[in-house]
Amino acid sequence: MNYHWNWQFFLQQTDDGLRYYEWILSGLGWTTLVSLGALALALIVGSVLGVMRTTERRALVLIGDSYVDLFRNIPLIVQLFLWFFVVPELLPEAIGLWVKQELPYVATAIVGLGLYTAARIAEQVKSGIQSLSRGQRNAGLALGFTEWQTYRYVRLPMAYRIVLPALTSEAMNVFKNSSVTYAVGMLELYFQYKQIIEKTSQVLEITLVVTLLYVTLAFTMNRLLGWVERRTRVPGLIAAGQGGH
Amino acid sequence: MGDFDFSVIAENWAFLAEGLRYTVQVTLVAMIGGIVLGTALALMRLSSNPLLQRFAAAYINIFRSVPLVQVILAFYLILPLVLRLVTGQMIPVGADTSAYLTFMVFEAAYYAEIMRSGIQSVPRGQVGAGYALGFTYAQSMRYVVLPQAFRNMLPVLLTQTIVLFQDVSLVYAIGATDFFGAADKITQRDLRPVEMYTTVAVVYFLICFALSRLVKRLQTRIAIIR
Repeated sequence: MNYHWNWQFFLQQTDDGLRYYEWILSGLGWTTLVSLGALALALIVGSVLGVMRTTERRALVLIGDSYVDLFRNIPLIVQLFLWFFVVPELLPEAIGLWVKQELPYVATAIVGLGLYTAARIAEQVKSGIQSLSRGQRNAGLALGFTEWQTYRYVRLPMAYRIVLPALTSEAMNVFKNSSVTYAVGMLELYFQYKQIIEKTSQVLEITLVVTLLYVTLAFTMNRLLGWVERRTRVPGLIAAGQGGH
Repeated sequence: MGDFDFSVIAENWAFLAEGLRYTVQVTLVAMIGGIVLGTALALMRLSSNPLLQRFAAAYINIFRSVPLVQVILAFYLILPLVLRLVTGQMIPVGADTSAYLTFMVFEAAYYAEIMRSGIQSVPRGQVGAGYALGFTYAQSMRYVVLPQAFRNMLPVLLTQTIVLFQDVSLVYAIGATDFFGAADKITQRDLRPVEMYTTVAVVYFLICFALSRLVKRLQTRIAIIR
């Protein structure tokens, strides 16, 4: 086979004066920023929606359920294109123009990826709350808590700890899904991967390196949350007997 | 927003429909190929041979931790290199063709995990019963375990297929003309992003929403009462 292995190209200079490995590092930085930003947004929005779906208010349940149906049944790349190219057109002209010209891409990308992920988080939070026995809420109410206080002090602290393994895998998914934001102009890791292939044609080397980086990101997230999981384990549940995964 | 122009959609409908047909085709091929390959991987992962076990585990873990867009591009570029290595000649592989293989191989990792939990959900006594009847390993898998695993996991397999159907839109990365790709190409030409992307979103939503409702109904219907 006449493929020319060349690992040294990573140290070569690119057109813009940086070296190829610096492109990769900068891509890694953007990937981390977009992913963590989206994850934070998704946790907030997803938690609110998840709670809404467990209340006894019909309207709140309907809103929560519709959100999840809507955001889970449209592909991520289409959602991102909607946020970037369709939503600004639907807004009042002044705001639309501001979104298109002033708002940094990364903010729109984080919103797009975050709201997409929120639907998945909402599912987990809902199933966590529903896995609790009814007595937990009733005990809270009997202590004089308001409905909201039973969520804040009784149900959510339990629910999060129960669904943490599922949240871990969502957190790992965010890093993978962040690669799609290249399509709307984010200069993240996948974008740099694509760009470096176009410039150097060293497909195999760069594929190995970028694959390894994505695996490392996923693994780091897994360990980090595995640690949180061990620290916050609920004593007395079956899961408490096992090690982190 | 008052100028949503439906005629743009009507004029380009044939091209969009062609893209949708491609998306469906990739989904079906990848589903069938992926389930077959995934079942093989699941069996390997559960086998007593440590070599097979490790191979299957590595395959599944690697594909599950890498973004699909990256796999799509990598396969598209590496496939010709591999073909040249095997046959000694340059065989051009189009983006449309390479996507079939990519999705089959990639989704197999996900289907494998589903089939594994399906197989593990079958009570151990079933395998013992198979052996007691004089079945070989292959026969007890083929006639006893797999049919039950498949049935138990059917809703999950179908849900994964809906995810796959949406993921086909990522062939955007190599410029293949799937449903979304078709809409994007029309947008580049006619500059009507609002109409095109909204149409894609609405059609995707209607199809996936309807399918996921059907899966939910199927789930309640086929649940085995124990």
